Amino acid sequence: MSIACESKQLCTFTLANQYFGIDAQLVQEVIRYQEMTDVPLAPSCIHGLINLRGQIVTALDLRTRFGMPPRTEDRQPMNIVIRTDDGPVSLLVDKIGDVVTVEQEDFESPPETTRPAIRKLLLGAYKLSNQLLLVINTPAIVSLPSDNI
Amino acid sequence: MSFEDTELIKEFVVESQEHLSDVEEKLLAMEEQGDNIDVSVVNTVFRAVHSIKGAAGFMGLNTLEKLAHRGEEVLNKLRSKEIRPTSDVINALLRATDRIKFLLDSIETSNELDISDQLKMLGEILDCEEPSSLSQSFDGGAKQLPETQRKALDIQLSEEALREFLEECIENTDQLEQDLLAIEEHCDDDTIINRIFRSIHTIKGSSGFVGYTELESLAHAAEDLLVLIRDGKLQFHKSMSHVLLKCIDVIRSMIKALESKDSSLALDGMELIASLRLLQQEKPAPRNKPLGPSDLASEHHTPTASPETEIEKGEIPMVTSIVPTVSSASSVPVLPSSSKSDAVATQNKAVPDTNLQESSIRVDVSILDKLMTCVGELVLARNQILQHSNRSSDGGLQASAQRLNIITSELQEHVMKTRMQPIGNVWSKFPRLVRDLAVICGKQVRIEMEGKETELDKTIIEAVKDPLTHLVRNTVDHGIETPQARIQKGKSPEGCLYLRAYHEGGLVNIEIADDGSGLDLDRIRAKALERNLVSPDVLAKMSDRDVAQLIFVPGFSTAEKVSNVSGRGVGMDVVKTNIEKIGGSVDLQTQRHIGTTIRIKIPLTLAIIPAIIVLDNQRRYAIPQVNLVELVRLEGHDEVQKVEWIQGAPVYRLRGKLLPLVFLNEALRTGASETNANLESLNIVVLKAEDRQFGLVVDRIIDSEEIVVKPLSKQLKGLTAYSGTTIMGDGKVALILDVIGLAKSSSVLSSNPETNGVEMQDKNSNNGSNSQTLLVVDVNESERCAIPLSQITRLEKLDPRRIEVSNHQEVIQYRNCILPLMRLDRVLGTGGSYREDTEIDVIVYTTDERSVGLVVHQVVDITETVVKVEKKSTQIGRTGSMILLDQVTELLDLPGLLSLAN
Repeated sequence: MSIACESKQLCTFTLANQYFGIDAQLVQEVIRYQEMTDVPLAPSCIHGLINLRGQIVTALDLRTRFGMPPRTEDRQPMNIVIRTDDGPVSLLVDKIGDVVTVEQEDFESPPETTRPAIRKLLLGAYKLSNQLLLVINTPAIVSLPSDNI
Repeated sequence: MSFEDTELIKEFVVESQEHLSDVEEKLLAMEEQGDNIDVSVVNTVFRAVHSIKGAAGFMGLNTLEKLAHRGEEVLNKLRSKEIRPTSDVINALLRATDRIKFLLDSIETSNELDISDQLKMLGEILDCEEPSSLSQSFDGGAKQLPETQRKALDIQLSEEALREFLEECIENTDQLEQDLLAIEEHCDDDTIINRIFRSIHTIKGSSGFVGYTELESLAHAAEDLLVLIRDGKLQFHKSMSHVLLKCIDVIRSMIKALESKDSSLALDGMELIASLRLLQQEKPAPRNKPLGPSDLASEHHTPTASPETEIEKGEIPMVTSIVPTVSSASSVPVLPSSSKSDAVATQNKAVPDTNLQESSIRVDVSILDKLMTCVGELVLARNQILQHSNRSSDGGLQASAQRLNIITSELQEHVMKTRMQPIGNVWSKFPRLVRDLAVICGKQVRIEMEGKETELDKTIIEAVKDPLTHLVRNTVDHGIETPQARIQKGKSPEGCLYLRAYHEGGLVNIEIADDGSGLDLDRIRAKALERNLVSPDVLAKMSDRDVAQLIFVPGFSTAEKVSNVSGRGVGMDVVKTNIEKIGGSVDLQTQRHIGTTIRIKIPLTLAIIPAIIVLDNQRRYAIPQVNLVELVRLEGHDEVQKVEWIQGAPVYRLRGKLLPLVFLNEALRTGASETNANLESLNIVVLKAEDRQFGLVVDRIIDSEEIVVKPLSKQLKGLTAYSGTTIMGDGKVALILDVIGLAKSSSVLSSNPETNGVEMQDKNSNNGSNSQTLLVVDVNESERCAIPLSQITRLEKLDPRRIEVSNHQEVIQYRNCILPLMRLDRVLGTGGSYREDTEIDVIVYTTDERSVGLVVHQVVDITETVVKVEKKSTQIGRTGSMILLDQVTELLDLPGLLSLAN
């Protein structure tokens, strides 16, 4: 994910009231929550498998991935299906936001004080006028540490 | 141009590899034929090598050309019977072929590679001969044939070789035509001129070999013209392409004539040859390009400087013989002849085409893969539609769903066929392998194959290639004895390796058999102990069959000395693992001094497999049917209580044998499901993982279905419990269980062979000669008998009210037949009583199409036991008495008993 260009578009979403973004170019589609087949013995952040028009897509719960408390039962997550080198992966998020255009000059790497485990999942933050927009590091998010399995 | 045109080179490499693919086989055949060498076989090889030489030459692949040229010279002498196809000669040719293959594989650097060894070997063969003999080299070739076309059509060529030749010509003419049209646009494009040259050259060469001189001389004339153009001695212009295009028409007509064996279709090429010669006499035009180095490299190919001595020399008299006609006809313009050929061309169209060019096309494998994926999707969609239509009452929908079902299955079958390849593709390299190995090991081995055409999916072919090669190596190295040893045993000095492939029950069977020494079981035992693979106690109880299977245990090798052929102890277990990885199985039978047979069973395809669908904890799972042994359902509380526990591990006695149980909800840690001790029923899926069986306890068994296997995503690859995923009829995703992984994680399987040994011991005591499964029955309230289960056809419970009497014999209607009944107590003369109100137990015994029902008081149990008769009986039908289930029991022999009663 290149951060060299002047401005770029991010697809935004929220997780536990925090504002996140992902490079819009990586997003294949956004779909409503669907019933999933859970995978016993799998790492906790793997929420299940969905059938996306005949393609089987693994859904990762970003709340679990970021070590956040699980969402309450009544709230159904959304799927952001992203393209990766190993086929599409779905990321479960609380709510989908707008696509926003951000400027490179507002970008900053994640501060040293963030927990290391979390920091490597983030590329950095855009300082928007009203809040911070955290950009997730998709390759890091979709590759699960093998000792988890 | 040289390496600029990579596309062309790639094409050349693929084509050459194709040419070479059966050269090895042919060379071996030549060796076998010895003095009675079949010229047509030599010609095929010659043609392959010659094409490579020619093409390599003009592409500037000098090393390759040089080697091919040398090979060609040797082949030529073979053809003319100047040298005999001795083992040395064939050896040298085989080495040269290997090297050519290697050069082709690394084509970019081929010019820097060393071929001196191969050249030397070939050179030595050539040096043994008188150089003068070259001139006689056409005694044995096809060149002897008279130059008339009619004769050309009578050439004794094998159908296959002819077909190959025709296909090649058709391809070449098509290419030629395109290129000629292209060159009219770009007159000085070197690559195109070269390509035209090459096509014509190939046609010339191959028609020469098949002895089709008419065609050859025409192509030759065209080639001569092209040489001048290529070398810049002539400027290309439209009238040339016109003549050349005419040439193609004539060549096509000749091919067609050959194809349909009707010489009247062929056009006369004489006039064209004349026109071509005429064109050559035109003034050389200045070329706007200096000669490049590659042009110089290809200079060899002008007929004058050509190293293709024999062919060119052979042509010269023929060409000159044409010349008189040429000069007399030189005034004949080209155009008049065209009207004639046009007329024939239209006539040709009327002839029904049995077109060779349309019978096969080359398709990229990736397209086939994509097709397969699409068909997979279609199968899923079909499954979904079928489910909907079954629920619906719409007759029209049901009818079309049914039709969709049939078409989909058919499509699936055909698409799968496109990916099928005959096993012969893998086998074809074995004759060479066996020959080389036999020489190294000092043995004589003959290889026989049956079922070469048996087809398998491409991916499976790839997967079995290495295991098969290993098994063949092993057989030659260890299985077959040296000639001396064989003679001592009274066998023929030549050993036989027998490969056989056939379809059976949706699986492909491959057998590798030999008539060699068989496995030395004593040595295997000794080695197993030495390597600590099994404990002595266990070993002592193992059957011969089980001992033989020990060679598949990792770390086992009995080869006394590690040869460079095989025997490094990493062989057979890898073979077994690889075969099992693709859902196959390996079985071995051996008989000392008679031989060994290894039988491999593999599925036809991996993409769509039959599976059973089970439900556990509200989740559906698919289990591949290859792993399935049987389904057992325990009904009722009492039955469920029969599950026993050994140190916390559940087991079930299945026909007297302990079957370890794995509860799926526990194995997958999905939490307690309804599967509890107070359950009313228990579903056990009996599975085999490697050599062991275990029972997987699931909540429900739903159905069996054809499923489309999809790989696990990267995030789930680490989970050994699953082998893939699939989409069910309702569109939901289900996981495919990996039976071996599941067995390992539940410690049913361990990598420790010791436990395997224990299992084998267990099996042995069951299968051993003195262990039998017995049916225990009560004759009356006090006496008990046992009958070997193997003698019994069926057990039935029948209603006593259905018993009728016919001819003083009690009978019952059973499966639309009359089954005579006999009361066991009366046969034994003991007397007893029967309950007339409840169903009676009847043992059905069938022999020679006749059945007899034996009525017993009560069936007690089926038990497996080591039969130890305490008191032998001398009466027919009774074996003796023994203690069984704490009671004295009389062991009966059913056939004897019933023969007595009759």
